[in-house]
Amino acid sequence: MYAGDMKDKIQNSRLTLQDVSLSFGTMPVLQNLSLSVNSGEFAVIVGPSGCGKTTILNLLSGHIQPGSGAIHREGVIRTVYQKDGLFPWLTVSQNISMGLRSVSDAQQREEELQSLFELIHLEDFKNHYPHELSGGMRQRVELARALAGNSDILLMDEPFSALDYQTRLRMRYELVRLLEKRPRTVIFVTHDIEEAAQLADRVLVLSKRPATILKELEITASKPRGLTDGEVVKAMKEILEELGILREIVV
Amino acid sequence: MTLFNSRKLPAPVQNRPSGAYKTSRWRMFLLPFSVFLGALFTWYFLVRFNVFPSYAMPGPGAVASSFVEDFKSGSLLNDIVASLWRVAVGFVISAVLGIPAGLWLGQHLTGRQAFLPMLNFFRFLSPLAWIPFAILWFHIGDKPAVFLIFMATFFPLALATMSAVATIPAIYFRVAKDYNYKGVELLTKVTFPAVLPQVITALRVSYGIAWVVIVAAEMVGCQDGLGYGIWEARNGLRLDSAACYMVVIGLLGMGIDRFLLQFSKLPNVRWGYER
Repeated sequence: MYAGDMKDKIQNSRLTLQDVSLSFGTMPVLQNLSLSVNSGEFAVIVGPSGCGKTTILNLLSGHIQPGSGAIHREGVIRTVYQKDGLFPWLTVSQNISMGLRSVSDAQQREEELQSLFELIHLEDFKNHYPHELSGGMRQRVELARALAGNSDILLMDEPFSALDYQTRLRMRYELVRLLEKRPRTVIFVTHDIEEAAQLADRVLVLSKRPATILKELEITASKPRGLTDGEVVKAMKEILEELGILREIVV
Repeated sequence: MTLFNSRKLPAPVQNRPSGAYKTSRWRMFLLPFSVFLGALFTWYFLVRFNVFPSYAMPGPGAVASSFVEDFKSGSLLNDIVASLWRVAVGFVISAVLGIPAGLWLGQHLTGRQAFLPMLNFFRFLSPLAWIPFAILWFHIGDKPAVFLIFMATFFPLALATMSAVATIPAIYFRVAKDYNYKGVELLTKVTFPAVLPQVITALRVSYGIAWVVIVAAEMVGCQDGLGYGIWEARNGLRLDSAACYMVVIGLLGMGIDRFLLQFSKLPNVRWGYER
């Protein structure tokens, strides 16, 4: 029953940073940062450029270790990168199959692969290589790979920032649709305030380096959300205010 | 990963009119052919107007006659086979040892720090400097030539592979870690395919070096082979035969390079040449 094992329900997963500090050489990047992401939550981290957003993802994924503090992880973690996260020597099908490596039964693997292709609407591109796809297609493939098999948590590191504006807009809807079918706990790093307001259940606004959480903003409106929806506009304004950008623009 | 994937590459993105495509193909053939004809005429006129004495510069006709003669006698074919065999053996040994050595060095900083100066030292040492040692150690026959081919190709291959591994984008290893690639699997399914396009280019370059070196190696340590053929022709003042062998060496070199070029057209390495 692999189809049953395809995680279409949120499993128990949790990510917690507890009083985490980190320095690169003599430069402090994070200072006593604590955050907890609940099972099935879509948390978006925004903040000024270079404040340590990606560092937080690297800590959560285990690629780097904190200087002090504790990190707790429950669940299988996958990362979706900004670009070049697919192996260029593998076809789309082979790339997505990487996410199914833990599935031992070949037939189940094939069924799951087929189901993922249907989900991302790229059935005609199974045997293409990543360099033969558009940027948006590549990100959809990477999403499918991250959603495949037994993953619980998606760490998304500015996954749409390398795309053009129209494709970015489409990808936001695509992500919401995919997560409706396959719910996951998501920690999404972005510098795009619109993206944060449209996608997040909770937005964490970070300060300049060394990063601390300036504000946590809950957004309860149902998804998908339009760019001009009242709650989205309100959230964007609040985030911009918190980052000091709105004030700068008005002045 | 399947190295030989029979899947054809998709059509070019641009919608080029078929007429333009045909013209382009035609030019690809016509332009080099014109240059070749030009070179042939230049050669012919140099001989015709006795720019060099006739014993020092055989004409195209004399070289063609020599080709027929050497081919009929079987010596040309025998020398071709002998040279190809030596290059193949030396080159394969070099690739089998040099590529894994490069993979290992690329992944181990301490190893790189330890071995890089020595590898560079030998890389800059002309393989021809080894000729006296090769003869003393391996006497005459295939072995000294194979040894020289190995010495000429091992170091550039190992260094090129090492450099390719050291510059693999870190993101591939992060993805590999996310999906639990470890040990041998990491090496064969991530590291090696990630450097394969550069390794193929290094193989082509090293093969070029091998083909140049074999001619010199056979001039001193062998009793047959294309280099030996040129040497023999020179001793007999048969420069028509020497020129015939030179033409054969050039054509064979081009042919084998065309063969190696096909590896760079494999669908799973195309990405390495299109960025």
